[in-house]
Amino acid sequence: MAAYQLAVAGLKVLVLEAGRTYDPVRETPMFKLPRQAPLLGAGTKHKPFGFYDATVDGGWEVPGEPYTNAPGTDFKWWRSRMLGGRTNHWGRISLRMGEYDFKPKTRDGLGADWPLTYQELAPYYDRTEMLIGVYGGDDDLENTPGSPAGVLQPAPVPRATELLTKKHAAPLGIPVIPAHLAIMTQRQDADVLPKKIHPDNPLAQRVLAQSMRQRAACLWATPCGWGCSVKANFQSTTVLLPPALLTGNVDIVPDAMVREVTVDATGKATGVNYIDKTTRTDRKVTARIVVLAASAGETARIMLNSKSSLFPNGVSNGSGLVGKYLMDTVGAGIGGQIPALENLPPHNTDGASGMHMYMPWWLYKEQLAGKLGFARGYHVEFGGGRGMPGPGIFGGMDALTNGAYGKRLKEEARRYYGSWMWFDGRGEMIPNEDSYCEIDPNVVDQWGIPVLRFHWKWSEHETKQAAHMVKTFAEVIEAMGGTVNEKVETDGAKVIAAGGQIIHEVGTCRMGTDPKTSVLNQYCQSWEVKNLFVTDGAPFVSNADKNPTLSILALAWRTCDHILAEMQRGNI
Amino acid sequence: MSDEQDTTPMDRREALKVIATAAAAASLGDAALPSTADAQATVQIAPRRRPAAAAPPKTGPRGTPTDPDLLNARANWPRLLSAPELATLTALCDMIIPADDRSPAASTVGVPAYINEYVSAPYDWAERSLVRVRGGLAWLDVESAKRFGKQFVQLTVAQRTPICDDICYWMTAKPEFKAAARFFGEIRNLTQSGFYTSDAGMRDLGYVGNVPLAKFDAPPPEVLRKLGLA
Repeated sequence: MAAYQLAVAGLKVLVLEAGRTYDPVRETPMFKLPRQAPLLGAGTKHKPFGFYDATVDGGWEVPGEPYTNAPGTDFKWWRSRMLGGRTNHWGRISLRMGEYDFKPKTRDGLGADWPLTYQELAPYYDRTEMLIGVYGGDDDLENTPGSPAGVLQPAPVPRATELLTKKHAAPLGIPVIPAHLAIMTQRQDADVLPKKIHPDNPLAQRVLAQSMRQRAACLWATPCGWGCSVKANFQSTTVLLPPALLTGNVDIVPDAMVREVTVDATGKATGVNYIDKTTRTDRKVTARIVVLAASAGETARIMLNSKSSLFPNGVSNGSGLVGKYLMDTVGAGIGGQIPALENLPPHNTDGASGMHMYMPWWLYKEQLAGKLGFARGYHVEFGGGRGMPGPGIFGGMDALTNGAYGKRLKEEARRYYGSWMWFDGRGEMIPNEDSYCEIDPNVVDQWGIPVLRFHWKWSEHETKQAAHMVKTFAEVIEAMGGTVNEKVETDGAKVIAAGGQIIHEVGTCRMGTDPKTSVLNQYCQSWEVKNLFVTDGAPFVSNADKNPTLSILALAWRTCDHILAEMQRGNI
Repeated sequence: MSDEQDTTPMDRREALKVIATAAAAASLGDAALPSTADAQATVQIAPRRRPAAAAPPKTGPRGTPTDPDLLNARANWPRLLSAPELATLTALCDMIIPADDRSPAASTVGVPAYINEYVSAPYDWAERSLVRVRGGLAWLDVESAKRFGKQFVQLTVAQRTPICDDICYWMTAKPEFKAAARFFGEIRNLTQSGFYTSDAGMRDLGYVGNVPLAKFDAPPPEVLRKLGLA
């Protein structure tokens, strides 16, 4: 996002990418079948989300690039070493943070407040949604803001499983509303939107219009997680980098592993040093402004490794807070078998591949009144139905059929196909003192760069929230007449996903109003190094249940506006 | 099956054309250059030093395990099961999924070859699975010899059935059959995976997706009626 915004404003931008270049248009395995892949496309340690997943040289382990965990910690750090990084394979779930989410401490006394309000970021949400293409409904609920008319694309019609869930969740008081996903249900209006998004900038309007004309609407088939060669969903490689390159202002250097931000005697950033992975040589780049967008973990790592006489603890780390307040999303889920869904007439349930509906958090008042025993909320992602058969299909059928085989197995398979559903909670984690990353003094990666060591601890707010998730999902499944697949755990610590597993790693360079208690100001600008900015998840002060990508994009845009204004004022 | 839908599938050729057009028009590196007028108009802050930026070099997949060629996939590891083991496995797979009036037997769509690929894979879990599967196949022959004086492949379906009945479900299997039942469960799981991901298996279940559509429609009325949602 930063490369795009700065390039359309006329700046020369050099993008250093730690992985290889990647072109979804040529590389996405559209319409491939599991049987055409090794192991039917199942996930392996090399391709954790399956063979076809749009992750290159990535996962929770990257060969040659280790990280370590402090004793007692099992943090899993996801990386994608490819152009566009994690935007290539994400879930496309694009929920705005709400008013409460920016001021959590004011509301319940825990964590910290953001140095900006929802109202300040809202115009950037509007423009980001128009730019990347997000579908959604017109709901505007408590702390679940809607978008102004004309911003979102129409939500897709719900699937049968989603309508059935809505019907049975309603008596439990749980709302089921259209999800917001960064997938286009119709083509963008290239004659209108670019002018709305970039008023007074003819170059931006022209390159964006040209880029929008090359995007098709969703084809209602083939998983988004594999990428999209028709550019119907949001990946920075199909949506932001093409118009950025059209300006002629952007250079991209792949296989460039940044290791250090360099500074001059006055404390200004002068550029970065990186390892050229193809030749294993150290290179130097000078720049007027340095923007780090390497992921919360990698950005902290670069800063901590950027030691100088002015910054002995790492660049911009006078507060000692770089690496601190690392957060992920609380995750817990459960599945069930729903007899009502057995033997349904064949019909296409592929849809937009992601969910068409979801459940926003609904217990704000009960929670504030202290009735739940944990402080923050979660939303629910769910699905099921007659999707494309993959490896492991009918793994849950043995118990239902007492081990059917032979012709009876085939009959039972026809009956049970499409009758399972899953429910996953995605909840807010409150930042804590025990969850952080630092440099491991004993370990370097294959490029000679000191690696991160993680420390991690959930508080009871998170584990109790996870227990609430699975209890609630079991109630929904039972309300639908179904049976849960497994015993419902009451101990949240046993069901909560490991730190990092949900891949919503944020924090580590939090912004704030005071240089003593934050690394960045409200524009994601370093307090100490005026020409150093951060535009990934690192500036997050809290980690609301809303998936972070949309907020990262909106914040990055706001940061770029600030960079341009500061340059014009001659401050940087 | 597809005529039960009221969706309008885009002609496949049409869809591929859309994809091909998008690909031709929009490959990342093919960005056209901005006209000078436009560029000049917006350059307020930094002067343009060079006329054009370099597009990233087109590299593509490197063919490593973490960066395989997704469009030309290949499970290129040696297969470890022997021909006699594969023959026994084939007989067992077809006991689990035999032919009926709607679809063929498991072996017809290549399930034994998939299981061989699976247990031979270069991963720790496959090494363990290979031991279980080999052990299970050997057990089948020992048990067949005990009961009928022949190998499993030489038995009739009627003779194989009582053996399979004894090992078809781990939870209810007698103690002496528990280990064999674990093996049977693993082979059943793999057989279902292989069979139902084949074209014949997907057709058998009535999976009708993975086709490009111009529009995604609401569930058909008979589905909504059946779910009490009409």
